[in-house]
Amino acid sequence: MEPVTRFRSRTVVIPSSNIDTDQIIPARFLTTTTKEGLGLRLFADWRYGADGSPNPDFVLNRPQARGARVLVAGRNFGCGSSREHAPWALLDFGFLAVISTEIADIFRGNSLKNGLLPIVVDEATSRWLLENPGAEVDIDLDAARLTLPTGTAVSFPIEAFARHCLLNGIDELGYLRSKLADIERYEAAR
Amino acid sequence: MPAAARTLFDKVWAAHEVVAETPDTPAVLYIDLHLIHEVTSPQAFSVLKGLGLPVRRPDLTLATMDHSTPTSTDQVFGGVPIKVDAAAKQVRQLERNAAEFGVELFDMRDARRGIVHVISPELGATQPGMTIVCGDSHTSTHGAFGALAFGIGTTEVGHVFATQSLLQRKPKTFAVNVEGRLRPGVSAKDLILAVIGKIGVSGGTGYVLEYRGPAIRALSMDERMTVCNMSIEAGARAGMIAPDDTTFDYLKGRPRAPQGAQWDAAVARWRTLVTDPGARFDASVDIDASSIEPMITYGTNPGMVLPIGDSIPAAAGDEAFDKALSYMGFHGGESMLGKRVDVVFIGSCTNGRLADLEAAARILKGRKVAPGVRLLIVPGSQAIKREAEAAGYAEIFKDAGADWRESGCSMCLGMNGDTVAPGQYSISTSNRNFEGRQGVGARTLLVSPFTAAASAVRGLITDPREML
Repeated sequence: MEPVTRFRSRTVVIPSSNIDTDQIIPARFLTTTTKEGLGLRLFADWRYGADGSPNPDFVLNRPQARGARVLVAGRNFGCGSSREHAPWALLDFGFLAVISTEIADIFRGNSLKNGLLPIVVDEATSRWLLENPGAEVDIDLDAARLTLPTGTAVSFPIEAFARHCLLNGIDELGYLRSKLADIERYEAAR
Repeated sequence: MPAAARTLFDKVWAAHEVVAETPDTPAVLYIDLHLIHEVTSPQAFSVLKGLGLPVRRPDLTLATMDHSTPTSTDQVFGGVPIKVDAAAKQVRQLERNAAEFGVELFDMRDARRGIVHVISPELGATQPGMTIVCGDSHTSTHGAFGALAFGIGTTEVGHVFATQSLLQRKPKTFAVNVEGRLRPGVSAKDLILAVIGKIGVSGGTGYVLEYRGPAIRALSMDERMTVCNMSIEAGARAGMIAPDDTTFDYLKGRPRAPQGAQWDAAVARWRTLVTDPGARFDASVDIDASSIEPMITYGTNPGMVLPIGDSIPAAAGDEAFDKALSYMGFHGGESMLGKRVDVVFIGSCTNGRLADLEAAARILKGRKVAPGVRLLIVPGSQAIKREAEAAGYAEIFKDAGADWRESGCSMCLGMNGDTVAPGQYSISTSNRNFEGRQGVGARTLLVSPFTAAASAVRGLITDPREML
């Protein structure tokens, strides 16, 4: 996995709260057996009309979404199913981070394992970001710090081991396999 | 000095810690049972292939197909090809992967096939004190047996394949104390919807719930599974219920449960899986079961729920609330009773077990589905299908005008050909009323099997107590 360290990007804002994984990628696209091309299906039911044409009112179809790598959303992003297709689709579209006041457990874990940063911020920071779409933010994973264009910097919580793996491009499976002797001892002792 | 009082969760967690967590590293948690299905496993098998690794413990791995499989008998048994091409490919892929990696698979025509969270308990594979994972968020269902069971992503499916373990941070604990007793016509589904309504769709985030109290003790295993199943709809990855005689009676004699002397030893061990008096929870909520009414959702997440006789709250200028109501075609102040019904779905890992079908049969016996309403009844497993046929429920359903299918996830999520048309109202016993969950533009209202069946008969949202 490529290391994730620090990047700057404009934000895209989808203000809805409780954005569930069925919105991020509807179940009918989960019949794939690979991870490729899921960005096309990201937010499919909001992004495309019944005939498949892009909905011009949806933010991801507007010019300002092009090249944006940070998605700002309302409270409780990623609730619902365990489908890892959700972070795969966000990453495939080009996002590297999602910012909300609350991020659902399974989605957060899946995101960290794929290099998508789930960033939880306080209400005031969230409100500012929701009210200022397109703001250029700086995300520094090493410092666990989000800096707004106003100069305000806020730190965000991130699990220490996941951060270490992301910063160094370490695959967690490699670490887990380094514990196989412990796992064998555990099995033998049962 | 006596040992510190521990919760049920603490005990199961401690027994599976291969390596304890530190500030810098998560715990290595051992997994006793890994359930897999066709949708969230293919990319994990690809990782194994890429690394040249085997499934380390195929003997602790069990595969079935449920999400993308059709439920029409001609496609399952009649030789008619699976209509959804990509789904057919996914099913074939699981067959190939299971054969290549030596994983036991209940394939399309297997008499033991069904929804993954239905078949593992009915086989007796789900047992108290186990750690159970599956690439599916409703893995929380198995917590009904006092197991620590939670959904994982596909990367973690690969981790379990390769090491039979997961890297995990220890979650916090949350006691859901349910006093009193459910009244007639009010079911376990209403109870869990009331809990979600109270703590909210993210109220359980970061926690493992433990459902406790006399109302929980009074529930059957089928009902306990309904409760634990929807823990994730409150944001909690897992929900647990301490095992007791109800649990042991359910498991005894099932094919994969311990047998003979091993059974007695297992029960003695399982009896210790209770929260000690005085053990501390990080959070708690108290609910009075006797005050719970039949519940129904009116919005686009399971927390937007109310007693069936209530009116939709007036919009308080909340954008998300307004958007949800607009999607549903509802307005603040409207009564839920008497609203139009187009489709009724009875099934899913939430309410597709025999007790659920029995509840539906109680309402449907000698009655007909209202003209213009489509009632789809899908058993949670092939075993339940056979039991429902033997008990006469299937005849009741067919006589009422219902469509009686082969087992699967079916209309809970629109990826297998069973869908709700745009704009239609679906009264559903499933677990999620998210936008588009049952089909593009579908409007889902979550209810109990009683309420679903009663609403199918009237063609309108109906309080089932009028028909019991």
